[in-house]
Amino acid sequence: MTDWLAVLGPPELAALVLVLGMNVYVLTGGADFGGGVWDLFASGPRRDAQRALIAHSIGPIWEANHVWLILVIVVLFTAFPPAFATLGTILHIPLTLMLLGIVLRGSSFAFRSYGAHDRASQERWGRIFASASIVTPLLLGAIVGAIASGAVGEAASALSALQTEDGASPRSMFQTIFLAPWLAPFPLAIGALALAMFAFLAAVYLALAARDEALRGDFRRRGLGAAVAMIAAGVAGLALAPRSDAGFAGPALVFELLAGVAGIAAIRALWTRRWSLARLAAGAQVSLVLWGWVLAQYPFVIPPAQTLRAVAAPRVTLVFLLCGLLGGAFILIPSLAYLYRTFASDQRR
Amino acid sequence: MTDLLAARIQMALSLGFHIVFAEIGIAMPLLMVLAEWKWLRRGDAVYLELARRWAKGTAILFAVGAVSGTVLSFELGLLWPGFMRFAGPLIGMPFTLEGVAFFTEAIFLGVYLYGWDRIARRAHLAAGIVVAASGAASAVLVVLVNAWMNTPVGFQLAADGALTNIDPLAAMQSPAAFEQVLHMLLAAYASTGLAVAGVHAWMILRGAAPGFHARALRIALAVGGTAAVLQPISGDISARAVAVAQPIKLAALEGLWETQRGAPLSLGGWPDAEREETRWALQIPYGLSLLAFHDPHAEVQGLKSVPPADRPPVAIVHVAFQIMVALGSAMALVALWAGWIALWRRDVTVQRGLLRALVAVAPFGFIATEAGWVVTEVGRQPWVVHGLMRTADSVTPMPGLIVPMLLFTLHYLGLGAIVAVLLRSLVRETEGPRVERSATAAPERGTP
Repeated sequence: MTDWLAVLGPPELAALVLVLGMNVYVLTGGADFGGGVWDLFASGPRRDAQRALIAHSIGPIWEANHVWLILVIVVLFTAFPPAFATLGTILHIPLTLMLLGIVLRGSSFAFRSYGAHDRASQERWGRIFASASIVTPLLLGAIVGAIASGAVGEAASALSALQTEDGASPRSMFQTIFLAPWLAPFPLAIGALALAMFAFLAAVYLALAARDEALRGDFRRRGLGAAVAMIAAGVAGLALAPRSDAGFAGPALVFELLAGVAGIAAIRALWTRRWSLARLAAGAQVSLVLWGWVLAQYPFVIPPAQTLRAVAAPRVTLVFLLCGLLGGAFILIPSLAYLYRTFASDQRR
Repeated sequence: MTDLLAARIQMALSLGFHIVFAEIGIAMPLLMVLAEWKWLRRGDAVYLELARRWAKGTAILFAVGAVSGTVLSFELGLLWPGFMRFAGPLIGMPFTLEGVAFFTEAIFLGVYLYGWDRIARRAHLAAGIVVAASGAASAVLVVLVNAWMNTPVGFQLAADGALTNIDPLAAMQSPAAFEQVLHMLLAAYASTGLAVAGVHAWMILRGAAPGFHARALRIALAVGGTAAVLQPISGDISARAVAVAQPIKLAALEGLWETQRGAPLSLGGWPDAEREETRWALQIPYGLSLLAFHDPHAEVQGLKSVPPADRPPVAIVHVAFQIMVALGSAMALVALWAGWIALWRRDVTVQRGLLRALVAVAPFGFIATEAGWVVTEVGRQPWVVHGLMRTADSVTPMPGLIVPMLLFTLHYLGLGAIVAVLLRSLVRETEGPRVERSATAAPERGTP
């Protein structure tokens, strides 16, 4: 008991909130990106019906879902400012590209829903919305992969070593510091995994939300296709994973194995058309993958050097942060429940 | 171009782009809620049509505001990692609360926009009120961070220059907090209210659906006009606070070089940093001492009291300040004119002279807001945190920052153009008498 209290101080609680925020973002915002993927690949006789279902499903909720990402960023820079500074510096390029993707995705979706009337501009905004929905998860995954591989941490120490030298400019090691950490096979495999997982999630959600059987079948087939891509990317990620330390051992390994089990259960449920079960299992699988990664690199925020406790803000900041979030949760959780309830009943009609 | 300058331009562009949508996101929900409230109270369906159309415009603008705000939260780390490392633990609190407020706003905007036919009328109005209130709360909390950067408190300085013994709650109550928050909120309501009033005045002048546009104009003018009249008072409070807490910023915005008693007020003119004088300005004796301290003989600190390396780019700040004051005054005068007409119980929506004036001042609020942020941000240079951390010490070591700067510039230009086109077509739809007819017809299904 006392052990747990010693381990679960304010920095750990803040990290827990951070990962919970990421988890919800992946399950909600991630699926919205997946919806964009299926918008791009809408095809066959029910092409327009597919697109209409996607727009109808994410329309009322995507902005609220998107805010989880903002909350994650805010908690990150409040609770772990040096980690935020390191990520912003080393991952400047993929983060900037991801941001452009986020802006394009959000604004083009709004333009399509509220602005465009004629079919040509509807399709133009639709294409931008869909392409941005592919690029953004790829980069998001690559960023996670770069952090997990330890390359970001190593680039950060290379940069600070460079800065202490006289007259040395980061320009001389641009490739090593600003490109190599994320533009490598492992991060890109994780990027592909993130994209496939989001697409899988979205297909499972959409199959559940669809009203007629034919449309459900469309998203069932798409989900199964995404599952194949997900397995391929997962295997590639495992094969390319740097095995320098004891990373995937103990609880992390258990989580990743459970993720595999949940993934198989989700695919099986989708195959046998048990839609609600498929959603549950797919959500569990994606969450378990995320927590497996977090446990694998605990206690590091940015391996191999920046630990949770070393980069945590002073205790007073963390306590205020946690109190503020707890207070906020009393407003946000009922509000979100209201939002989802208001629109979920409509989708099942 | 140095990387520092590129980073500053990118940040300025991002803030300058976002602030317009942020202002609209604060004030538009109030306008649409007022329209909906009038519909519920009077049963006049034209107000319902108005609320729906304003909500449609808000949806587009809010989405752009939300994504451009996301960009800003990332840019704090992408461009200014040194600042975040230094100040993150202290300013994280208002940002966190802002996250909660913004989250609430996004949730209930979803309910509002998509819930017309799905929830009870009163619940729908309540959702709109929550959107308006949480939008204002977000603005308050973000401005608290900026106020802290101008007048940092709530910490002790360690030997190595880092902040210790921090008190995040004290940091939220910095000396500049009250007047900056007041000034920004009024700016949001004045800019948006008068811009919307200008659009509807223009439509009335063109003879489009006068009943619809007259109702819109009255609501927008009531909100925007009130704020515009109050804004000069808030500006006076701000100027006096700046005079005490940030004397060099005051000297820059007034173009005052020598420390002196009975300082004159310089109208116009061009501050020449080389010659350390402001040329071609119209000087009003004792004006600045009077304005800044309400005492004609008060001493006002000049720019020369600090070394050139500690002075902001004076010309930019001085010119931006003149623009802000001139445009704000014009808005207040037009608002007073409208108030005068309303006082005599005459209909403001048929006074063609006033309508033309409203069209003319429609963009003034947003331009004045941009100028105002230039005053407070450029005026604080070379500091990112006044007196504590220089902007140059907080910028990222990442080279080639001109590339993302150009990328975001293109992005914002494109987005701005698209939004303008969409809004234009949204306004055009209301040209014919169709809107008043459709308002009296059976309620249509909600937009998908």
